[in-house]
Amino acid sequence: MTTRLRVLDDGAWISVNDARKVRVSELWRLDAPDLCECELTDLVVENFQSVGVDGSTVEVRVYGQCIACGAAGTTGWIPVGRVRGGEFAELDRSAVRRVRR
Amino acid sequence: MPTDVENWKSEVYGSEIRDRLFEFAEQGFDSIPDDERDAWFERFKWWGLYHQRNGQEGYFMMRIGTPNGVLEPGQLRVVGEIADEYARGPGTNPIFGDAYADFTTRQSIQLHWIELSDVPAIFEKLEENGLSTQQACGDSWRNIVGNPVAGKDGQEVIDAWPVISDLNERFKGNDDHSNLPRKWKVSVTGSADGSGQGDINDLAFEPAYREVDGEDVVGFNVRVGGGLSRNEPRLARDIDVWVSPERVPDVAGGLSALFRDYGDREDRYNARIKFLVDEWGPEKVRETLQEEYVDFELESAGRDVREEYTYNTGAGERNDLVGVHDQKDGANFVGLNVLVGRMGAADVLDLADLAAEYGSGEVRISQRQNVIVTDVPDDALDEFLAEPLLEHYSPEPSPFMRGSVACTGTEFCSLSIVETKNRQVRFARWLKANVDLPEGVDEFHIHLSGCTASCAQPQIADVSLRGMKTRKDGDPVEALDVGLGGGLGDEPQFARWVTQRVPVDEVPGAIANLVESFAAERDEGESFRAFVARHDDDELDAFVEPEETDYEDPMMHNTKRTWYPYAEEDAMEDAPGVPGSPAGD
Ligand code: HEM
Ligand code: SF4
Ligand SMILES: [Zn+2]
Repeated sequence: MTTRLRVLDDGAWISVNDARKVRVSELWRLDAPDLCECELTDLVVENFQSVGVDGSTVEVRVYGQCIACGAAGTTGWIPVGRVRGGEFAELDRSAVRRVRR
Repeated sequence: MPTDVENWKSEVYGSEIRDRLFEFAEQGFDSIPDDERDAWFERFKWWGLYHQRNGQEGYFMMRIGTPNGVLEPGQLRVVGEIADEYARGPGTNPIFGDAYADFTTRQSIQLHWIELSDVPAIFEKLEENGLSTQQACGDSWRNIVGNPVAGKDGQEVIDAWPVISDLNERFKGNDDHSNLPRKWKVSVTGSADGSGQGDINDLAFEPAYREVDGEDVVGFNVRVGGGLSRNEPRLARDIDVWVSPERVPDVAGGLSALFRDYGDREDRYNARIKFLVDEWGPEKVRETLQEEYVDFELESAGRDVREEYTYNTGAGERNDLVGVHDQKDGANFVGLNVLVGRMGAADVLDLADLAAEYGSGEVRISQRQNVIVTDVPDDALDEFLAEPLLEHYSPEPSPFMRGSVACTGTEFCSLSIVETKNRQVRFARWLKANVDLPEGVDEFHIHLSGCTASCAQPQIADVSLRGMKTRKDGDPVEALDVGLGGGLGDEPQFARWVTQRVPVDEVPGAIANLVESFAAERDEGESFRAFVARHDDDELDAFVEPEETDYEDPMMHNTKRTWYPYAEEDAMEDAPGVPGSPAGD
């Protein structure tokens, strides 16, 4: 069964099978040395740029800003959730997320 | 590869959306097939319906496009009645109540909490009264803006209203121009005050004189590719074209067709014409327009009146249209301040009655989210100004009330990062009570946008506020970036972002400190904008100085994680669910 993944409303949210699942304005803890020099990036998610899937893992690239140091930019692919049996489960929002590729 | 949105648009777009919209309305929200929801919500925008943010599933923002902000006699009453009857949802706003209308920065009207099942009845009532939501959102010709008092303004060079009406007639529901790569925002101004804000639109017509057969003729110069969104603000660029009023539709249609054919449909972030103008340069835009889209020789630009512009310039006369002003027919127009553009339905109805009693019944909306009652004769003026409603919607407001503009924010908008309208009301009230502007400064514009889309046009204000987050004592809180010194005029300037991530409760203190430094350090008679211009970013950052005061902010937390920030039980789990749907969502 294919999963429909989309960035909609100018990057405001990620749609999974026509339902709004992941949204902007959250703070994510990232291990993203490319984005800023903080040990962990404290990223406010401003815009989703793209969404994809790698196996069962849904990944996104987002534009945002590290609120600890002010660096802004677009991330690499970051996991946001898993699709199992057609259902999407978001990763724990407080978990550290690692750029995968 | 074309985007999903482009694919949906190529399947069904434009006028034909309406039939399906009505079927869904009749059969209920749940009749929209599960796997077609994204597509239909995207298409509904073309008919002015924007799905509200998550937690508010099944409720829509409805935008009514009023060209140039003109509401003909009787139309405001219709808007008030619709707001009163249909714009009531499960959440009550603590400042504005249960039913209200928003006057927007593009001279339109927005209603919230609209249910799909009510849409046919609302459309019927709107259309019976000459109003429409068509193309109020979506990838097409949006509401055309301009000087709202076109045709009446004593300062007018040319009456732009017939031109705007004509463009509106031609390009609303026009199949050749209904599916553009992105929104298309047009401004047509006929007055010498710059109140059409052409510089921040995709396409601007501004008054200009040109010698034709030995005679000075008034027409318009053309600029293309302005816009504020997405950290990529651009001023519209001069393409060196003057056009007579009769030929405006040919040039406007030519440019919209050029955008249709050459705009980027692969990447929505790169689609606005401002990026095409970046890539091509104004010369190539002109050449392509000449060679492929018009069948007459384009004239080069005429003599403009930009140096007379005052609107939103931060100095001089008439920075807005609030207050009593002369019409050219001897009557008056009276601009009333509507704080953050929001007015309760009962007040909308009262205002409609007052406009009919003292004026012609006509009301107009400005790009500073205010309303203007036109056609008030001299002998009715005093009595009109003494009406109790005008104590609240004042023609002589405090500068902090007058200068406030705010977007929709986390209350309803998916993109937002912070609460906006109610916060700006709290800010304005606090500033009015606690801060005095220096002698002779009676305008001070503060614009608050909840994200970089910039719906509140923050970059053209004295103080620009934009939604962000920060940590305070380790906890995440809503914050604002602070920009200074923006404004329009002959030499428009976008605000410089000098201070980042100020916790929202420290923003009023920061503005108070800024004003204090301005008062202490300004040169004799200097405007705030000029003051900002002669300081560097570090100096300005030091003036801003965030500080806690007795201002308290009840919305410091992540208001986006609520289903409605002002609900008693505000958690996402407590969301009411789709109206009329047994299972909720
Ligand atoms: C549900 C609420 C709203 C949503 C979801 C929304 C969405 C957006 C988006 C996505 C953009 C960025 C467009 C782009 O990238 O080109 C934008 C820009 C803008 N919107 Fe809104 N908007 C909302 C409310 C409003 C309101 C209340 C106004 C006032 C009329 C408004 C007027 C504008 C303006 C002036 C811009 C700047 C566009 C530019 O200059 O490029 N929007 N809006
Ligand atoms: S500026 Fe951002 S938060 Fe405000 S209404 Fe526009 S899209 Fe929403
Ligand atoms: Zn950082």
